[in-house]
This record gives sequence, structure tokens and C-alpha cells, in this order.
Amino acid sequence: MIISFASGKGGTGKTLVATNVAMSLGQGCQFLDCDVEAPNADIFLKPLIISVKSVNVRMPKVLEYKCNACGKCAQACQYKAIVMVKEKVLIFPEQCHSCGACLIACPEDAIIEENRNLGYVESGTCNSNVDFARGILNIGEMRAMPVIMELKSLIQDGRRVVIIDSPPGTACPVVNSVEGSDYCVLVTEPTPFGLSDLKQAVGVLKVMKIPFGVIINRDGIGDGRLEEYCNAEGIKIISRIPYDREIAEIYSNGELLVTASKEWAGYFSNLAEEIVEIAGNEADSNN
Amino acid sequence: MKIAVSALGPDLNSMVDFRFGRAAYFIIMDTDTNEYNSIQNPNVYSASGAGIQSAQTVINEGVEAIITGQMGPNAHRVINAANIPVYSSPGGTVADNLERFKRDELEQMSVPSVAEKYGMGPGMGGGRGMGPGGGGRGRWWQK
Repeated sequence: MIISFASGKGGTGKTLVATNVAMSLGQGCQFLDCDVEAPNADIFLKPLIISVKSVNVRMPKVLEYKCNACGKCAQACQYKAIVMVKEKVLIFPEQCHSCGACLIACPEDAIIEENRNLGYVESGTCNSNVDFARGILNIGEMRAMPVIMELKSLIQDGRRVVIIDSPPGTACPVVNSVEGSDYCVLVTEPTPFGLSDLKQAVGVLKVMKIPFGVIINRDGIGDGRLEEYCNAEGIKIISRIPYDREIAEIYSNGELLVTASKEWAGYFSNLAEEIVEIAGNEADSNN
Repeated sequence: MKIAVSALGPDLNSMVDFRFGRAAYFIIMDTDTNEYNSIQNPNVYSASGAGIQSAQTVINEGVEAIITGQMGPNAHRVINAANIPVYSSPGGTVADNLERFKRDELEQMSVPSVAEKYGMGPGMGGGRGMGPGGGGRGRWWQK
């Protein structure tokens, strides 16, 4: 069973909930930090990293002695990654999507592939209980997808639960992270921004046909519009986490709530099982 | 010779647009004939690559100089490869700047003056969740 944690708005508490749920589930759980642009789950899970794999993408390289400056490569490129200027070929690596069209378009076989490192994927274990993997996109890079896809290829079939901590927002990195989930938990906050971005996330999950429910974090701030929205749309509110200074203190010390407090350990133990049950029911009713 | 000026509107009385890649218009003036044409920039809403495309648009017009406010690294690289000098505008109308250019009063810009995505206004995020780095800075030059 694959359960992803997304949000829409950033900073609502995806990682807070995902890490604490994973640790509560313990043995048999695999945790994937798919926020490759700014991974932070490792701060709380403190994994022992066992292996690292480089994620590389193909880039064009022009053999200048073969190039006749026809410009067909630039015409073929949809991303302005390869450009003809006064008979010189310029390559813009950050624009390139590795489609290979330029290679095919070149009539002189003047373009070859070379590798470019985008980032890497690390895997390991947390206290030998929860398996852990994360992706890291190199600073300055725009393409998160190849790293996320490499990371997701590490999903172990037959795991009781795979937890995916997805990035914020609703763009390609999020779509790619939650794709294939059996269930998605949307962690949100009851504020106008929280609601606005939640609606977008809901829209995405509906199109992707992934069943979902909501956890309201920082319950108590903002207003009641988010709950009204959930009720009106028939969206299940799985749980509420109060706006609590103690949570903020524990979190800002880089600690898990479940290890810092018996009370929270109990809460997340129940929450984890509840989420797994809800996800299981959704999966059954779809089969 | 032909000069390109980035502009907020399509004629000589329009104010210079300090953006290059996402400038609203490019005014192409032929200093020999004093005739000009204006191009509405199709790259304004590009998520990325606007500088590259705008540079190519302007190069394709056969210009030998560019007057603009700021230019980012991608556009700068393309313009440099074409050996076209770029001049910094101190503000004012397109007509003002062309006059200053003729009187040799404009300074040349030798390196990119801003980081990428400089001209991307609010609400123009690249659809990447948190948005690209330079998004949402607003239009500070419009006083």
C-alpha cells in the first residue's frame, strides 16, 4: 500500500505528519522523501545512509568540426536549449529536457550525447525499522522529475506501507510523487491560503483518481471556511492537530513528536492505523 | 543601422521597459531612414527561456545595438554570441534614449545585470509549486 502526503500550500505540516506516521508504523514501512528540491525528512528520521546513486541526464554536445551551422537542431528544439546564433551553436543545459530531438534533426551527425549530473538518490534505514530513501536535486537545477523518478523506482513491492512525503504545490514534481498512490493524505491549515491551495490539490487528485482525505494542522487559527469547504464537498477530515507551541518547539529541535512525547506517540499510533485502514478500505472499494 | 529598444508600449513616446526577456514590446528603429516598427513580445508569459527567445527575435531583425534596462544571463549569452553591444537605459521614453544613443551618452553593459527571471511579475509562476526563484518581485521601476 502506497500512501502519499501532499498539501497544496507549503509549510502546512506534510513532513511533520508523514515522518511521525512512518515511525509509528515502524517495521515494514518504507519512507520516501520526494521533495527533492528541499528534502528535510532526514532531519527528523536521522537515517543511516547505505547507498548513494547519481542521477544523470543526457545533454547534447556539438562536434564543431562536423557542424555546418544549418540550424536544424535549434529548429527542432522545443525548449530553447540549443540555439543558433551567427553560425555558432549555443547550448543552455538548464533548458534541456533530454528529448534527443536535436540529435535526430542534425543532418551531419554532429551532435552526440553526454551526461550531466542533476542530483542523487540516497537510501538507508532509520534504526533498522523504517526503510528510508530521499532524492536531492543539485542547487540551481530546474528539473526535479528525473530525480523523483529514480527515487520512486526504489519503492519495494510487498512492503506493508510505503509513505511518500511529496513536495508542496500542485505541479509536475507533486503529480509525479503522488502518482501510483493508493491514497493521499492532504495536510492543510484552516487559513485562506491553505484553503485556496487545498482546492487546487483536490482538483489534481480528482483528475488522477486518487482517493484522499484531509488532516487539518494548526487547527484553531484562521477561520472555519476550510471545514465548510470539506463538509460541502464531502471530503473526509481524518484528524485535526491543534496549533500548539509544544509541537513547534519539538519540531524546531529536529525531533519527532512520537519520540519527544508519550501523548503524541499515542496520537500518531492511532492516526497511523486509522490512515492505513481508510486507505485499505478505499483500495478495496476500487477493486 | 538598426537599434532595438525594449519598451512598455508600441511607439516612440512609450517608456523604456527595463526588462529585456519579458519586455512588453521591442521597438526596432532604423537610424538611417528614421523609420521604425514595433514588435509585441510573445515571450512575456514564458515560464523559461524568454531571454533566449527575445534575444533571437531581436537578432533576427538585424539590429546592431540594443538599448534596455536589465538583461539576464541567458539573453546576455545569446546577444554576446552575436556580438551586439547592449546599452543601459537610464529611463525615459524610447525617443529620449535614441537621442542619447546618437549623442554617445549611454553606457555599455558588459555582463548580465540581473539574475534570471528578473522580469517575471506576480502570478507568472512557472507552475512548479513554489515558483521559480525570481518570481513575484513586482514592477519596481514604475514609479
